[in-house]
Amino acid sequence: MIRKLTLNALTALVLSTGAVQAAGETGDVTDYAFPFEGPFGSYDRNQLQRGLQVFTEVCSACHGLQYVPIRTLGDEGGPALPADQVRAYAERFEIEDPETGDFRPRVPTDHFPESGLETAPDLSLMAKSRVGFSGPYGLGINQLFRGIGGPEYIASLLTGYTGEEVEEAGTLYYENEVFGLIAMAPPLWEGAVEYADGTPATEEQMAQDVAAFLMWTAEPKMNARKQAGFTAVLFLTVLTVLLYLTNKRIWAPVKQRAKGKYPAE
Amino acid sequence: MAGIPHDHYEPKSGGEKWLHSRLPIVGLMYDTIMIPTPKNLNWMWIWGIVLTFCLVLQIVTGIVLAMHYTPHVDMAFASVEHIMRNVNGGHMLRYLHQNGAMLFFAAVYLHIFRGLYYGSYKAPREITWIIGMLIYLLMMATAFMGYVLPWGQMSFWGATVITGLFGAIPGIGEALQTWLLGGPSVDNATLNRFFSLHYLLPFVIAALVAVHIWAFHTTGNNNPTGVEVRRTSKEEAAKDTLPFWPYFVIKDLFALALIMLVFFAIVGFMPNYLGHPDNYIEANPLVTPSHIVPEWYFLPFYAILRAFTSDVWVVQLASFVTFGLVNATFFGVLAMFASIFVMALVPWLDTSSVRSGRYRPMFKWWFWLLVVDFFVLMWAGAMPAEGIYTNIALLGTAYWFAYFLIILPLLGVIEKPQPAPATIEEDFNAHVGKSASAGAPQATPAE
Repeated sequence: MIRKLTLNALTALVLSTGAVQAAGETGDVTDYAFPFEGPFGSYDRNQLQRGLQVFTEVCSACHGLQYVPIRTLGDEGGPALPADQVRAYAERFEIEDPETGDFRPRVPTDHFPESGLETAPDLSLMAKSRVGFSGPYGLGINQLFRGIGGPEYIASLLTGYTGEEVEEAGTLYYENEVFGLIAMAPPLWEGAVEYADGTPATEEQMAQDVAAFLMWTAEPKMNARKQAGFTAVLFLTVLTVLLYLTNKRIWAPVKQRAKGKYPAE
Repeated sequence: MAGIPHDHYEPKSGGEKWLHSRLPIVGLMYDTIMIPTPKNLNWMWIWGIVLTFCLVLQIVTGIVLAMHYTPHVDMAFASVEHIMRNVNGGHMLRYLHQNGAMLFFAAVYLHIFRGLYYGSYKAPREITWIIGMLIYLLMMATAFMGYVLPWGQMSFWGATVITGLFGAIPGIGEALQTWLLGGPSVDNATLNRFFSLHYLLPFVIAALVAVHIWAFHTTGNNNPTGVEVRRTSKEEAAKDTLPFWPYFVIKDLFALALIMLVFFAIVGFMPNYLGHPDNYIEANPLVTPSHIVPEWYFLPFYAILRAFTSDVWVVQLASFVTFGLVNATFFGVLAMFASIFVMALVPWLDTSSVRSGRYRPMFKWWFWLLVVDFFVLMWAGAMPAEGIYTNIALLGTAYWFAYFLIILPLLGVIEKPQPAPATIEEDFNAHVGKSASAGAPQATPAE
């Protein structure tokens, strides 16, 4: 049993090393170390708040978060903004009231707006619908150790502009190491936002923060889920040990009898 | 009920007798739970309990999910997000249901391969086997329709590809496909009927599970030796068996707890690892994903489906013989269904007089090659259908059919089996005695 427990602990350790920087083979997606990786990882509230700021001041010009209720910004295990800040944040966006037909400021129970630009995809679930790592040979082993890589994909894409521009059929495309040719102009530049907590707003920093924020919008209950996972694993470990001992105890007399009947060699 | 002789329920008090003469339900439950079970069952005999648990888990989580889900093309995707974000515990329910389906299939494959190795399908257990195959088919139908419900990109395009297979049937195909979909393409009508059937079929499965259990409670369990329990008297039967309660209930529960431990670790820490990221994009009939793949548990049969391209000679032959009626797509569809059908026919394809693979020296190798083949097909099914991968899939498919249609019938004739122990008791005593003399210090009486 001890061995089994050790194995569990080892598995947990292996799973938690998701952030190890590994070279090559996964293309141009960098394996960023996010604080929410592995079974012990959880969202960093400050990072989510910084990411929210980047999203609000940069991304939200074109992209929406239609599945995310604004009130969840106040939830524990998320950006956890105070109630008055959530209310104030909601009022930044207008909505057409379905009852009166008039425009009014949003309230926390409303969702974030949909994408303002038709060609800009909604970002609510972006971090779960993209793959950063794959293989080798289609076996999915990299994903087991590093995670599926959605947030890494987003952060790598945001910092992956080469500076080359190509015009095709009247549209300007930007060369990106992760995406190829992309219609989105480089959205981030040094100091694009001024962080309230004084963190230097480098391109890399903003990319990681907004990627972390988008992981939260895609999986807002991650902290609660991992907590539940731990409770379940702990409970089941105890139950497994008890059942193992019960089983051994019940079968002991049966096996004792069988031993007596086994011809001595 | 025929079967292994054992003590039956005897009503004692007046109340018990009153009930028993009107409805012998306590007796039925007693006989079910106290059924004599071969005492040499190994750890591969736990999957039945795991599968029963999976069915209950899927029904319970599914019923609650259905309370919050909206089967409409405009709202289905958003309603799943509503479950993930706003319903209390909804994210756990949904991940349990999603990963529960995968545990269900992992367990059913282990259960099926257990049966294939130990010859559990052989007389007199053919009916148990056939019912099991029906359950497996219904499971596939249920899982397929359930996967469509979140209305993601893979849901939509998976449904389009798979229902398109019916369109490949010559003559009636197109009409049949339209009838199945409720329209010319996968749309709201399709989503609605899939939701309805996805809710219905698990209860059909539950009924078949009852019949499955009834059948093998009549014949008695198979066991690793394949030797039957002695049935001439209660005393002799008792030497080979132990009552299901408590010996096997506790053993099975221990195994189930261990499997739950792993299962909850996956649900808690990596619930999306085995899913497909494309299904977090809402279904869009105008955008085809670059690579449509089903869930992992369908991949071996998906590989068989795609293995037959028009340049394969059997396809060309079939096309020539039927004046072009059977094209490559239809041939693939036939092959996919046939690959499961040959498995259902295995009680009559296996000609060996020895039941358990343990005593069949040649069979063992071919069996393990089939297991490897299953994983190779699974892998090939996940790869793009081009280049070397179609060749690998074709090779894997060839072996799958060869195993059931050529190797199993032949082995019964050419193989010289090893002697099996005379009784289950002998096997059990030898096994326990051996493990005792190998290690346990408390097991050394004065010798």
